[in-house]
Amino acid sequence: MSDLWKLTAHEAHEGLRRREFTSVELTESVLERVARVEPTINAYITLTAELALEQAREADAKLAAGTATPLTGIPVGVKDLIITKGVRTTAGSKMLENFIPPYDSHVYENLRRAGAVMIGKCNMDEFAMGSSTEHSAFGPTRNPWNPELVPGGSSGGSAAAVAAGECLVALGSDTGGSIRQPAALCGQVGLDPTYGRVSRYGIIAFGSSLDQVGPIGRDVEDVATMLDCIGGHDPRDSTTNPEPMPDLRHYLGRDIRGIRIGVPKEYFISGMEPGVAARIEEALALFESLGAVVDREVSLPSTEHALAVYYIIAPSEASANLARYDGVKYGFSDRSAPTMWENMEQTRAKGFGNEVKRRIMLGTYALSAGYYDAYYLKAQKVRTIISREFAEAFEKYDVLVTPTSPTVAFPLGAKVDDPFAMYLNDIYTLPASVAGLPAISVPCGFSDGLPVGMQIIGNFFDEGRILQVAHAFEQASGYRNLLAPMQ
Amino acid sequence: MALTRDDVLHVARLARIALSDDEVERFRAQLSGILDHFAALAAVDTDGVEPTAHPLPLANVMRDDVIEPSLPRDDVLANAPLAEDGYFRVRAVLE
Repeated sequence: MSDLWKLTAHEAHEGLRRREFTSVELTESVLERVARVEPTINAYITLTAELALEQAREADAKLAAGTATPLTGIPVGVKDLIITKGVRTTAGSKMLENFIPPYDSHVYENLRRAGAVMIGKCNMDEFAMGSSTEHSAFGPTRNPWNPELVPGGSSGGSAAAVAAGECLVALGSDTGGSIRQPAALCGQVGLDPTYGRVSRYGIIAFGSSLDQVGPIGRDVEDVATMLDCIGGHDPRDSTTNPEPMPDLRHYLGRDIRGIRIGVPKEYFISGMEPGVAARIEEALALFESLGAVVDREVSLPSTEHALAVYYIIAPSEASANLARYDGVKYGFSDRSAPTMWENMEQTRAKGFGNEVKRRIMLGTYALSAGYYDAYYLKAQKVRTIISREFAEAFEKYDVLVTPTSPTVAFPLGAKVDDPFAMYLNDIYTLPASVAGLPAISVPCGFSDGLPVGMQIIGNFFDEGRILQVAHAFEQASGYRNLLAPMQ
Repeated sequence: MALTRDDVLHVARLARIALSDDEVERFRAQLSGILDHFAALAAVDTDGVEPTAHPLPLANVMRDDVIEPSLPRDDVLANAPLAEDGYFRVRAVLE
């Protein structure tokens, strides 16, 4: 029973339901795994072992009483920008190093209501700004497939924790690819829901028109279960969709004969690794063998502009959201200077890391007098064009399929001093984020022994369809529950 | 778009971030490079295109103006770097 950490969440649920083991035993197995691999991986900023065992005991009581849900007693990781009452929440920043939230986020409330067990708060790029989890004030997370490589970012801690067996499923957040890209680089399934599907109440804000919480798991069924738990309307977030959540697991197991798959040619650019291109081609052939209709001649001509649009809009929103860190109400504070303004400038100089400062500066510049029209307003207009192109594509296709990332995991430090090279990692995930569309990354094989991710993009609130297509692929390919081969 | 040292200092002042001399030069070079890559946006024909501030159409959400419980004051002040007599303590705003 010591290998319970290897189970997916739904396998563990079955074992718990049949009384083959208890949630306490499952949690202890995961905590032992954490103790063994965490010194190498650094997937967590804060471990909550005692709380986890307390929650596991509560879960066992629910299981005994017959009031369990599919997540009752399941060990989860929670990205450290998701507010958890009484548990330190840092957003990966020195600025919030000692911040103890006085309330719970909507998504954590839902996890608790479901009876999930929190193992800890997962490492991340500071304020979710980055593609490698090297921009964390608490040290980088390492890729469980090879600790010399990055796990992707910004939810690299969540993805690495799932891949290394340090939890069964995890929550991440995606602003421009921060769930899908690390899921791809760690060989896991990551789902960025439609903007507005999941409440952002209690989520530390980065880019408010882009941020969305979503699950990372070892297979498609687990991410569907997690999204079922956290999604839906929340009156505390007026941008959440008021429609009732569909039962997403209802879409799993359906065949995909006749499903129309579009493959936008603009996603197959120079710079993509041959191994990535080859795995996507093999995946498309598999889709065809399953009866889907694949069209490789789709064109979304404005795709090339998504990177600029994103890296103007997101930093602009970040520059406003991060204005709250002034050293007065909470967080790090430098009081060494004699005036209020100097205190504020020193607090922000010493509390923020380089990437955060760079993006605040970029956003402040794009919003400043004389440049607003040329950068921010222009980007918002091109965002409209990108959204229109997607809307036209979804008149002809049920889903769009692309690579998730142009490369497999890259070495730590390789891009950390070249911000534009780092930004290019998100080139395939940014367009769907800019348009607010749901997208999932699923493993589709390996290149040089490292996992390759495939992205499936759907229309607004059509998570069921992308889960259906992803699940059909996963079942046919056998790429599921890919635990990294580390001892 | 080559930024000058004064551009960077101006933006840093607006953003309320103190920068060292090394940071000013590093951000000047990096931000100039990033903005160069974004120059292609200027060539996109956006005549008659409405800007998208939000991916979904938003409607104003109203509720009855009913007073609801807020966080207890002590909980709010628990994370404050300095608090006194139930208030946040700051340096003088007006000299």
